[in-house]
Amino acid sequence: MSRYLSEGSEWTFELIDRYAQEIGRIAGEFGLDTYPNQIEIISAEQMMDAYSSVGMPVGYHHWSYGKQFLNVEQRYRRGHMGLAYEIVINSNPCIAYLMEENTMAMQALVIAHAAYGHNSFFKGNYLFRTWTSADAIIDYLLFARNYVSECEQRHGEEAVELILDSCHALMNYGVDRYKRPSPLSAREELQRQRERADYLQSQVNDLWRTIPKKGAREEDRAQKRFPSEPQENLLYFIEKNAPLLEPWQRELVRIVRKIAQYFYPQRQTQVMNEGWATFWHYTLLNRLYDEGLVNEGFMLEILQTHTSVIHQPPYDSDHFGGINPYALGFAMMSDIRRLCEQPTDEDRRWFPDIAGADWLKTLDFAMRNFKDESFVAQYLSPRLMRELKLFAVLDDDRRRRLEITAIHNDPGYRHLRQTLAAQYNLGDREPNIQVYHVNREGDRSLTLRHLQHRRRPLDADTADEVLKHLVRLWGFTVRIETVEPDGRVVKTQECRVAQA
Amino acid sequence: MTQVIDRRLNGKNKSAVNRRRFIRRFRQQIREAVSDAISERSITDIDSGEKINIPARDIGEPTFRHGPGGEREAVYPGNTEYVAGDKIKRPPEGGGEGKGQAGNGGEGMDDFAFNLTREEFLEFFFDDLALPDLVKTQLATQVEFKQVRAGYSRAGIPANINVIRSLKGALSRRIALRTPHARQARALEEELERVRATGGADAPVRIAELEEEIRRLRARINVIPFIDTFDLRYNNRIRQPRPTTQAVMFCLMDVSGSMDEERKDIAKLFFILLYLFLTRTYERIEVVFIRHHTTAKEVDEEDFFHSRETGGTVVSSALELMYKVIGERYPSSLWNIYAAQASDGDNWNDDSPLCRNLLIEKIMPLLQYFAYVEIKPDEHQSLWREYQHVKARCANFAQQRIDALTDIYPVFRKLFKKKAAA
Repeated sequence: MSRYLSEGSEWTFELIDRYAQEIGRIAGEFGLDTYPNQIEIISAEQMMDAYSSVGMPVGYHHWSYGKQFLNVEQRYRRGHMGLAYEIVINSNPCIAYLMEENTMAMQALVIAHAAYGHNSFFKGNYLFRTWTSADAIIDYLLFARNYVSECEQRHGEEAVELILDSCHALMNYGVDRYKRPSPLSAREELQRQRERADYLQSQVNDLWRTIPKKGAREEDRAQKRFPSEPQENLLYFIEKNAPLLEPWQRELVRIVRKIAQYFYPQRQTQVMNEGWATFWHYTLLNRLYDEGLVNEGFMLEILQTHTSVIHQPPYDSDHFGGINPYALGFAMMSDIRRLCEQPTDEDRRWFPDIAGADWLKTLDFAMRNFKDESFVAQYLSPRLMRELKLFAVLDDDRRRRLEITAIHNDPGYRHLRQTLAAQYNLGDREPNIQVYHVNREGDRSLTLRHLQHRRRPLDADTADEVLKHLVRLWGFTVRIETVEPDGRVVKTQECRVAQA
Repeated sequence: MTQVIDRRLNGKNKSAVNRRRFIRRFRQQIREAVSDAISERSITDIDSGEKINIPARDIGEPTFRHGPGGEREAVYPGNTEYVAGDKIKRPPEGGGEGKGQAGNGGEGMDDFAFNLTREEFLEFFFDDLALPDLVKTQLATQVEFKQVRAGYSRAGIPANINVIRSLKGALSRRIALRTPHARQARALEEELERVRATGGADAPVRIAELEEEIRRLRARINVIPFIDTFDLRYNNRIRQPRPTTQAVMFCLMDVSGSMDEERKDIAKLFFILLYLFLTRTYERIEVVFIRHHTTAKEVDEEDFFHSRETGGTVVSSALELMYKVIGERYPSSLWNIYAAQASDGDNWNDDSPLCRNLLIEKIMPLLQYFAYVEIKPDEHQSLWREYQHVKARCANFAQQRIDALTDIYPVFRKLFKKKAAA
């Protein structure tokens, strides 16, 4: 009898169990620390559903998810895209979906990739540890959905939709970047929600008290800015300070904000997360093959999928769509292992600390303590830059032509690495916008500031739309000032309350 | 550590609510797309879903983002020709776009495309026509089937068990299975009698043997079950479409110069509605298109709606042609005949009385229903007045002036009422 776990391409529940066990055993040997796994078998239709709820297993109802669904459905039907092989949810236990159409080899790939790769990343990476609590997320999402549908019954679907639309427009500006949020917990959330509503309202009322305080000198108050420091979490600021919102509307703002916060680490660790998972499915399944548990046919199928996942078309190819996070992540993870196992002289110069060190420890350290930006800045090696033939292009609208600022050679490495790292800095990708001032004495208008970086302007059309949403939440005039690093205001966009 | 759960049996339409919300939210845009689709569709093709395109900018979800301009520096893979310091031409797409973003930049302008189901499509179609709800449901329902008995089957649900048939089967099975044993037992009993009667040295042994054998046979007979799953028979029912007959629908339209595109579009909706009604009532429908100015001609749908002619108008020519076609191809004994006529009201004055006579004497007796609409006429002319005489004489004649889409439905009111009563 052969030792292979399976021979054909059909999967069964017993086989999935056995593969999960074997892969889990090997993952344990490599020291991967994971949440317990919950593997769910679903159909293609269900995968489309899961897709369109942007990875939330339970979501409140909103038209934008319907739009997403129609989009996915249409593209899938016309064969423009295959469905992803897997979706994995950062929760405890970690939920991974397997699609019933997949072959046994694909299921094994997904188990290794999602249930051990992503899972250990969720559990280990500092961003996820700091900003999300895997234990509570499902409960919280359930709370959110029930709360939203309760609001819909009480205040009407349209009213709820308007608030959610506005919040979604500001979702990327609903996260704390530097402060640890209080952990999510559905039970507390439910208990405290009513008290909080009352308390918040009283706070807001206090803030907007019009009776002058005794002894406070008028000009003193007028000059003092509110908030005293600029604030970057727009949704938080609105939740706490918007004068006209009803308590339930504040709660909706909070829900969107909490969910944005939950997804924030994922947006910052795409390269690392996918690279880590890809590296591990590759390593784990190869070990499975080395142990003689799977046959060549199985391995060929895995390798074919693996190669297409990490394919990086060059910049001048028709298929080029930016840097493939799977490709870069996998290449960097593998490169770290190489640095440790077979360092060259160049590597010793560039990475004196890790060249020749224990690769498992080094890789584990990298996974735990970095995000995409710092990961690239720390670990992108000259050799990999040469392999990927990276080059940097500067596009300055004051000059007629683009300039190649660095390529994969000695003088270029540092600049390339820095530029690529900056590309993964969310603060660089999205305009930097903060709450700057509220005119408490006069028209109650809210002023935001866009701190312009390298003269990159706000897109005026979309900014105008977003301002309308902000006005809906704030209730009074909202303006946004674009500010140069030297403090000059170069442009102001304003949106007033539409007269009924 | 690992738990595997089969979720395939859970509902798969989790997104239905969100999908519905999307459609509600963008009603206006979808409606426009639907009315565009209708004008492109063939009449006989109206009864299906539709791929809808709506402009992506209408349904965008705005966020703060960078506009073109400023300094931006990006890293790309796959360098084959450049060294640091090279100056290269800006790629053609827009100022700020680097090569890499070109793909993303274009995406926003694309239309958002998705499929409406048949029900959703018809709902939008009916919306503009101000149909009463009852009529909407009538039109939206699929062909009805009725369940008829069709013998018996071996598989089915307990409620459908046919007791008599099953017991009959059980009985014959019991008989068939019992007979050989019973016959053998009888033979042995006879032998036993004989042995008992004759006696002999080895008789007691033989008797014991025979009794044992007989007991064994009886036991075998007794274990034959009274009824077995094998015997069960179920009433078999099959779905049979409700018996319907065939119909022919004549579309008559004035294509003289005064019928402009807008009027033709309204006329098209008018024909579509009649067609939809007929598809609900008849299984087989043929559509005959007759267009006319001073002379009439039978054409296909494409020509009917899209070619233009000029010249005067002689309505009777179309009626004559229709009468001729009916005589040749659609004997009224075999066909239910419906006619719909759209016009802007123009007719050569001397021709109108002719039309009246033609209708009353020859055509109306053959027809189930004749619906006439005048689309945005400047004022009623002789044809309208003559048709009023027809209306007075024939109950199955309807005429209506149409200024807006909502005026179409009243023409068919009698038709739908009849259906509702039936």
